[in-house]
Amino acid sequence: MSSSAPTRWTEPEMHKRVRRRYASERRFRAFGFAAVSISVLFLAFLLVSMGSKGLGGFVQYQAALPIDFAKSSLFLDPATLRGPDAAQTVASADLETAISQAATAAYGPDAAEMFGDAAVNVLTRKIVADPNILTGAPTLWLPVGSKVDVAAKHEADAASEHLVNVLKSRNALRSAFNMEFLTQSDSTDPSAVGVWGALKGTFLTILVTIGLAFPVGVLAAVYLEEFAARNRWTDAIEVSINNLAAVPSIIFGLLGLAVFLNIMDLPRSAPLVGGLTLALMTMPVIVIAGRNAIKTVPPSIRDAALGVGASKMQVVFHHVLPLALPGILTGTIIGMARALGETAPLLMIGMRAFIAAPPTGISAPATVLPVQIFLWSDEVDRGFVEKTSAAIIVLLLFMLVMNGLAIYLRNHFERRW
Amino acid sequence: MSLGLALLAILIVAFGAGWLGFGRARRLRTVGRLHSLPSYHGAYVALWAAIPALLLLAAWAPMQSRLVDQAVLASPEGRALPTVEMQRDSILSEAREIASGERAQGFNPESSTLAPRIVKEQSRFALMGGAATLLVALVAAVLASRRTSAQFRARTGVERWFMVVLFAASLIAILTTLGILLSLMFESLRFFRLYPATSFIFGLEWSPQTAIRADQAGSSGAFGSIPLLWGTFFIGAIIAMVVAIPLGLMSAIYLTQYAHPRVRTWLKPILEILAGVPTVVYGYFAALTVAPMVRSLGIALGVTSASSESALAAGSVMGIMIIPFISSMADDSIAAVPQAMRDGSLAMGATKSETIRRVLLPAALPGVMGGILLAVSRAIGETMIVVMAAGLAANLTANPFASVTTVTVQIVQLLTGDQEFDSAKTLAAFALGLALFLITLLLNLIALHIVRRYQEQYE
Repeated sequence: MSSSAPTRWTEPEMHKRVRRRYASERRFRAFGFAAVSISVLFLAFLLVSMGSKGLGGFVQYQAALPIDFAKSSLFLDPATLRGPDAAQTVASADLETAISQAATAAYGPDAAEMFGDAAVNVLTRKIVADPNILTGAPTLWLPVGSKVDVAAKHEADAASEHLVNVLKSRNALRSAFNMEFLTQSDSTDPSAVGVWGALKGTFLTILVTIGLAFPVGVLAAVYLEEFAARNRWTDAIEVSINNLAAVPSIIFGLLGLAVFLNIMDLPRSAPLVGGLTLALMTMPVIVIAGRNAIKTVPPSIRDAALGVGASKMQVVFHHVLPLALPGILTGTIIGMARALGETAPLLMIGMRAFIAAPPTGISAPATVLPVQIFLWSDEVDRGFVEKTSAAIIVLLLFMLVMNGLAIYLRNHFERRW
Repeated sequence: MSLGLALLAILIVAFGAGWLGFGRARRLRTVGRLHSLPSYHGAYVALWAAIPALLLLAAWAPMQSRLVDQAVLASPEGRALPTVEMQRDSILSEAREIASGERAQGFNPESSTLAPRIVKEQSRFALMGGAATLLVALVAAVLASRRTSAQFRARTGVERWFMVVLFAASLIAILTTLGILLSLMFESLRFFRLYPATSFIFGLEWSPQTAIRADQAGSSGAFGSIPLLWGTFFIGAIIAMVVAIPLGLMSAIYLTQYAHPRVRTWLKPILEILAGVPTVVYGYFAALTVAPMVRSLGIALGVTSASSESALAAGSVMGIMIIPFISSMADDSIAAVPQAMRDGSLAMGATKSETIRRVLLPAALPGVMGGILLAVSRAIGETMIVVMAAGLAANLTANPFASVTTVTVQIVQLLTGDQEFDSAKTLAAFALGLALFLITLLLNLIALHIVRRYQEQYE
């Protein structure tokens, strides 16, 4: 075995080789950095583009409208508008025509369709609040219709642009925070839409989901971690839980459609059914998080409790579960955040109907925020673009709050043993 | 008496009985030593009063509406209804709505005369059910409270009930899995009775619009799933993975091997935000921002047929969504490689990147592969991005600028229109759902198998 000459590290060939290896090292590192940067930049791009498009949705343009109620075709007597039925009486009057006439009188024939449903809603509320304005000829600030709103914010058709210029020259246009967007529900007129109905639907749906998935998930986790014997049943349960956690969400929608709607005949589009479907979907997540949290509670706690005479059930419910609770809650909140952003299964069970009033209960027809976003994204009217993005901002804020809460719980209450 | 009222009554009975049992046990304690605490005696009685009655109520509730329908149809008003089933059903459902106060009047005059009868029958059966459940609750409460005594092991009894509840909770997972399998298979079998299974599995044409008239063009009612499966595979397993695998893997490597710990604590949660963004947001972003960009890119590259619903737009956004998924999987499996192997390689003079490429990645490969398969399974089942950004036309094409459609898009399309439940179109959605379920299940099982079989067990 003849040994060759020792490597000569000082030779230029070797230098070149080491340089090449170091260059490749730097390239690899740069590629890694680029990968992280691309992901982060994409996230930033997504958030900035949604933010810049959506912030306009929170702003509404209002125009001054001198309206002479005496000359208008409204037959409303302020004397009859005192009492609980006032809102209904006003709603049955033809405010739309009155507004249109007043706008034509003030700004010319182009302005006949300047105001939309939002103006009608605002005027209705103003009249109900103070019927006496019907006797005079006040100048009211009313939200403009979608076309003029879009024209005031971006580019639009010539007629609307002209109208905006007229309004600006007369100092009759101002922008304000769009309170309507947070207090109203879906509408066909983009200037009058709001997310309140969808938010209430989301709230009811999540309430049903959490009410079902949390207790069942925690109890199942307790059973599997503390009591289950090693046998075929337990294996089957574990396999199905792990498998359910990976089943596509749309399959749960199909299950909800086939079982809850067609077999059990529960009401369509209701938060009850949506909540049930999402509960089945989030339950495995909670079980897995719960088992991990229970696993981290050290055996010494159990031994100590058993040693002073507690029964197995008392050990679990008096000691193990309270100690594991922060971990379980963290997992639950993360599961709930996922359920909150879920759209596909809810489309399957019919929560995509047009619903113009906030739901009154868990069996009333409702929609949820992600589905509302999906529905608005399908609209052709340009006014819906910024409303969709604004609704996305609201949804992302909710996700942020929930995930922040989960991180807070994890950092402040979860114990490291 | 409505069923909600019955539920309330049961709970009141259970609470009252529990309170009485608690009081009795407390009085017993003044006489001598009890085996169980008084609260257990109370709980024992309350559980016996509540659980059987609640089970009965749960069984009764679905039966009641059927019984009401039967009774209404058997009544003189019901027999006067038209015999055509569809007409009768529409009148019935209208009458039901009038009876529940949802509407004041129906289109059919019969429904108004039927409504009072429905109200009457409903209250009759609800009274029957309510009375029966209440009776069960009372009898069980009396029987259970008679057992209260100093020697009685109430705690054991309560814990046995708890055990039953715990077991039942864990059974729900199995029931859900069974429910998914059975409902998908049942509806798919009905579909295959209308449409041959071989044409579904091997058919190359997908155009679900069934012709209403015989001479209608372009609506052949063909349900061949191959183009859909290809589209799903093309978007979810090829384009999305071309984006997600390098980015996800390199992000994980950079964050675990190169980045300063402080940078890592900031960047890792930021990456995880990508996984937390709702898919409908990605879908909107893909449709509104990415798709036009991809289309102009395609036209700039000379692809004249570049579609505004291209596979590339949907696939690349989906890939971005998958990045954190792959990166956390890779992170875990790289972290599982023992430090000694890394140290050995570095001690031999290898650079960091050589260590990663020649030592760490091969050792972590099974875990990484498993993670990638799980990511594919998730991408295939993803719905909203493709519904909003991918097309509806089922094309068999490998052109990323062309429009393809996926299984999930078609399920949504088939089920969100207005058609009756038994048509071939709606049933086809369940067959597609079954195919999707089986494919994702298979991918998950393979992933699990790879990890278990090939992952080296160090130490």
